[in-house]
Amino acid sequence: MNFNATFIGQLIAFAVFVVFCMKYVWPPLIAAIEERQKKIADGLEASERAEKDLELAQEKATEQLKDAKAQAAEIVEQAKKRANQLVDEETQKGRDEREKIVASGYAEIEAERNRAKEELRQQVAVLAVTGAQQILQREIDAQAHNDIVEKLVAEL
Amino acid sequence: MTNATMCSTENGIAFNKACSDAGFWQWHVDTLGWSIVLGIFFLWLFRSVGKKATTGVPGKMQAFIELIVEFVDDNVKSTYHGKSALIAPLALTIFVWVLLMNLMDLVPVDLLPWIAGQIGAAGFGMDPHDVYMKAVPTTDLNLTFALAFGVFVLIIYYSLKMKGIGGFAKELTMQPFNHWAFIPVNFILETVTLLARPLSLALRLFGNLYASELIFILIATIGYFQLPLHFMWAVFHILVLPLQAFIFMMLTIVYLSLASEDH
Repeated sequence: MNFNATFIGQLIAFAVFVVFCMKYVWPPLIAAIEERQKKIADGLEASERAEKDLELAQEKATEQLKDAKAQAAEIVEQAKKRANQLVDEETQKGRDEREKIVASGYAEIEAERNRAKEELRQQVAVLAVTGAQQILQREIDAQAHNDIVEKLVAEL
Repeated sequence: MTNATMCSTENGIAFNKACSDAGFWQWHVDTLGWSIVLGIFFLWLFRSVGKKATTGVPGKMQAFIELIVEFVDDNVKSTYHGKSALIAPLALTIFVWVLLMNLMDLVPVDLLPWIAGQIGAAGFGMDPHDVYMKAVPTTDLNLTFALAFGVFVLIIYYSLKMKGIGGFAKELTMQPFNHWAFIPVNFILETVTLLARPLSLALRLFGNLYASELIFILIATIGYFQLPLHFMWAVFHILVLPLQAFIFMMLTIVYLSLASEDH
């Protein structure tokens, strides 16, 4: 176990190995490791961000859904109201129409009655005159008493 | 447990016993060879994965390599608070390299020396018993001290860089007793502290691995009952070997962070 020149040889070998390691072995390995660490860190960050985005989007979607539901309910409500209104209006219109028709029917009936009355009166007048003529044939000149007959007719 | 030694003598390159009087200029070719092969294996493996590294879904191999890299990187980031392009690759190199060298401990203790002996006998006409092969480089003090010395140089470098010469000198002389009369005492204390760091790094790793290798060899000598004991000891070492590599790496980071932080 003697101490000898091997020491020098080993020292040189050690120095050369360390320098070689420092120059050519360490940098690519540690660069790869650090690069991957960065990648993983970025990936994790991205996933976290995506998760947050997703959460946000879900929240938004829920909100929109709620809005949409509310809107739909409102629209349905409005539609119902409108329909009711329409029905009311139509009913009202129909009632008006009916009344108008009924009124016009009454008016027509009235007019017809009046006409019939008039006709009847005239016929009665003619009949009365004819009757009176037959009664008074001899002494009464139809021409001379026409104004009396007229008067009678007007009074009827 | 003897290293294969190489030295140059007047007759050219010689091996092992012929080198016993070569003094300092002997080379443990097995330590050097195994450690360099393992170091190159580590660099090649990590480099080839690093070149193909995708930032998307990693393959199994890439995931495994990244596991180690991230483990080291986490430790560095939690301990060393400055910015440095060197600390993390240094820690990774130390951890994986030392771990690989330690793992050689789990190769059956006689296998590689036996193979080396056969090769030596067949290829070079040597007596197989004269061919030494120690496959666990971390059981060689030269290697652990080289690693620790490298770390020590970096400790000094970071101390000077972060605190300046004045700051470093002040740290050595004005602690723990902040009075001019205590400067020599402080200096001795702080110097011991400073030197104890690389020394303990080197000796800890060496001691653990040398002892475990020694026990493997002891177990190997007891005959037929060695198998269960080998198994148990090896299982125990699945814990010990990465732990020693981790301790070496962690203490390196701690020492360098201490060196580059102002008190």
